[in-house]
Amino acid sequence: MIDLTPTVLAPALPRAARRSLFNRLLRNPVGLGTMLFLALLVLSAVFAPLLAPHDPNSSSIQDVLGGPADGHPLGFDSSGRDVFSRLIFAGRFSLAGAALALIIALVIGVTGGLIAGYYGKWFDSVSSWLTGLLMALPGIVVLLAARSVLGPSMWLSMMIFGVLLSPAFFRLVYASVTAVRNELYVDAARVAGLGDSRIIGKHILTVVRAPVIIQSAMVLGIAIAIQAGLDFLGLGDQSIPTWGTMLNDGFRQIYKEPMLILWPSAVIALTCVALTLLANAMRDELERSGKAKRRRRPPLRPADVNKTAAVFHAEDLSSSGRTGEVLLEVQDLAIGYDQPDGTVKTVVHDVSLTVRRGEVHGLIGESGSGKTQTAWSILRLLPDGGRVTGGSIFFEGSDLALASEKEMTKIRGKKIAYIPQEPMSNLDSAFTIGSQLVEPMRVCLGLSKKDATKRALELLARVGIPNPERTFAAYPHEVSGGMAQRVLIAGAVSCDPDLLIADEPTTALDVTVQAEVLDLLRELQSELNMGVVLVTHNFGVVADLCDRVSVMRDGRVIETGPVRAIFNEAKHPYTQSLLAAILEDGEARGDLDEGNSARAAATALTTPSISDTIGAQS
Amino acid sequence: MFRFILRRLLSGAVLLFLISTIAFSLLYIGGGDIARRILGQMATPETVVQKTEELGLNRPLYEQYFSWLTGAVQGDLGESWFTGQLVTEGITSRLAVTLSLVIGAIILIAVIAVILGVWAAIRGGWADKVVQAVSILGFAIPGFLIALGLVTLFALNLKWFKPTGYTAFADSPSGWAASVTLPIIALAIGGIAGVAQQVRGSVVDALRQDYVRTLRSRGLSFNRVVFKHVLRNAGGPALAVLAVQFVGLLGGAVIVEQIFAIPGLGQVSVQATTQGDIPMVMGLVVATAAIVVIVNLLIDLLQGWLNPKVRLS
Repeated sequence: MIDLTPTVLAPALPRAARRSLFNRLLRNPVGLGTMLFLALLVLSAVFAPLLAPHDPNSSSIQDVLGGPADGHPLGFDSSGRDVFSRLIFAGRFSLAGAALALIIALVIGVTGGLIAGYYGKWFDSVSSWLTGLLMALPGIVVLLAARSVLGPSMWLSMMIFGVLLSPAFFRLVYASVTAVRNELYVDAARVAGLGDSRIIGKHILTVVRAPVIIQSAMVLGIAIAIQAGLDFLGLGDQSIPTWGTMLNDGFRQIYKEPMLILWPSAVIALTCVALTLLANAMRDELERSGKAKRRRRPPLRPADVNKTAAVFHAEDLSSSGRTGEVLLEVQDLAIGYDQPDGTVKTVVHDVSLTVRRGEVHGLIGESGSGKTQTAWSILRLLPDGGRVTGGSIFFEGSDLALASEKEMTKIRGKKIAYIPQEPMSNLDSAFTIGSQLVEPMRVCLGLSKKDATKRALELLARVGIPNPERTFAAYPHEVSGGMAQRVLIAGAVSCDPDLLIADEPTTALDVTVQAEVLDLLRELQSELNMGVVLVTHNFGVVADLCDRVSVMRDGRVIETGPVRAIFNEAKHPYTQSLLAAILEDGEARGDLDEGNSARAAATALTTPSISDTIGAQS
Repeated sequence: MFRFILRRLLSGAVLLFLISTIAFSLLYIGGGDIARRILGQMATPETVVQKTEELGLNRPLYEQYFSWLTGAVQGDLGESWFTGQLVTEGITSRLAVTLSLVIGAIILIAVIAVILGVWAAIRGGWADKVVQAVSILGFAIPGFLIALGLVTLFALNLKWFKPTGYTAFADSPSGWAASVTLPIIALAIGGIAGVAQQVRGSVVDALRQDYVRTLRSRGLSFNRVVFKHVLRNAGGPALAVLAVQFVGLLGGAVIVEQIFAIPGLGQVSVQATTQGDIPMVMGLVVATAAIVVIVNLLIDLLQGWLNPKVRLS
């Protein structure tokens, strides 16, 4: 039993990826091409004595700088040696030298990274200091210094370069290990009684293997380049043929025989490019396999109610917001996302809703139901690849679905404003809170800096921030989440909008702060007589704030009507199941005639919400 | 902010001290062998002993290091064993040349990489693919091969530039510009590739941030948000890569100077290395490390200015 645990819990991905990475690379044209080229290179280096027609070091004086001749396809170098044979033999030394550097870097970097990442503590800081030390000098300067003491040995240089390259692996392994170390399956393995060495071997090495292979290809390229550079400078061992020494010879003769420098240059460039392309192909393939594994789980559904027509409740003329002029009229809205294969995936279908001045229209549904997409499309701020594919969004007589970006820029902020869900990530951490409030007011309202600052401070005070001056000068990371949300609300109303789009404005806040922020929203809404589209997954918020509500599911509106009607006589089975799930306690299931009971429901309902774990982010 | 700078300066000083200690011990540990290497295999044991004493190599290593360090703190890095020139003088007289190459390359890298990276990130599609492909090539092909290619094409064949030689700025600004153009381009291409990729990546990341949508929802145009907010946020990671590139450029300059026959630090390094002029090599190592430390400090300050959150860590 104990033996089973780690196997069961081991991540499936790296194992599968490893088995098929090679196969997948064979099917990737770049992967196949580069692997073939590199294989040929290695084979020609290994079998150099069989392939090379001549001794790479035998020179003949009468052939110095001779052009291609019979049996000498690439001619002769400045010492009358056969260039073709030297090129093949040079591959042996250049590749072996690079391989030596790679092995040294791997041994030091991977072991160091494993130990530092797994055991952490003092080893951690010592190694990061050592890494900083190695990074403080250009590799070539260290190699030059070493050469001045140790003499021109290629092997020694490459060993030293291996040490210099080890941080590349160290940091990679270290980062992966620290990420994996705290994963549950590693804990499980530890609980199951596995020793540290087995955990490292079984779980951690599987995770770092693929990135290490990719990094190795890059490191080999760098090692080949630097070694060639060193030999090119004439600092290498002149007794062995390498691509770098050939380059050096060619450069000396560049006026007399320009072709001499071409061959080693071409081989070095091709090898380095092939290694880089191979590394890229491997990364692409791994990323692709990572994506394929992450399949979305279909949302749970009580019954297939997808195609049932939406339920419309009769107007309730007594409700507050029904008297104002129509601000926003969305009709048969469809939103689609361009897919890599050229098709368009529709995520919102046939959504219609009307918002009047002074009215709060709730959009409720679980994650992935399309409510946030609908909200963003009104602002025409859908994420990349997303666009309105059908229907219309009428606002003040013009169809926003057809408006140009320039027209939308004029409407945003001044006419339609937006309050986001997550307060912290919606403030730019590089600028002060004040400057983020002042900038839009100067652009939209044309205020002077002084007036905009004055108004920003007033707004901050209005949204209940105790010390406006201090918050004005603060950076976002210096205030709490509740404060940040108030700042965002202040920013949204700063240009006096007619319509406010609020995307789950309280979801990310503490329960106590939620009620305060809702109060603030209600006050501002009636004060400025705005229409509001309120996206939420919380019926408590709906009961508290909204005049009308549309229930969304799978990108469609399935039921819409005045809040009271929906709460009292929900017709659609999905709405009923949502209400039943939330109002299980029975306490608030009564009549919602009075504001008080609605408020009571709101406070009682802030904690439970529709299961958010199902499906992906909306 | 003051404490931040102080801490960075201190850790830079410690780093320099460590590097000098390690370098000194590795370079001077040979003792008597060093004199033998200078004099050649034919030298008699007596002359070797004499030379060893003359250079002070017979003293204990720590004593040699201590006298080097006391000198170094006062700006005296000893003198060359071969020319008798002061090491500080040998370095400072060449430093300006190398720095003008490296700084020129860094500016070129920053400007072009930002343009390419932002363009690729915002346009996407084919623009993105082209920039990525060019970046892979620029990254993969060693800088000195690019330099050789540039010399062959623009100097030898097209004859737009002189293939080698250096004109001091004071002598003729236009001559100077002509003599550093190809070297700077050769140095910069690899860096542009790396930094453009980073800029592209961090702009793509920054564009996905929630605050971009929120700022646009307030009526700021896309371009305004990109150039004011996105670029500033993407600047941090790009600067970090630029710092790494700078170290690479100092190394690349050694080879590129050789190709274009430019009398900078690279030439001094190669000469000192082949001769085994250890005081000069030691001076070069410390000078390079000092430059790197200073540049990293400047980059850190810039990071702190770009994003105040960084100052906390």
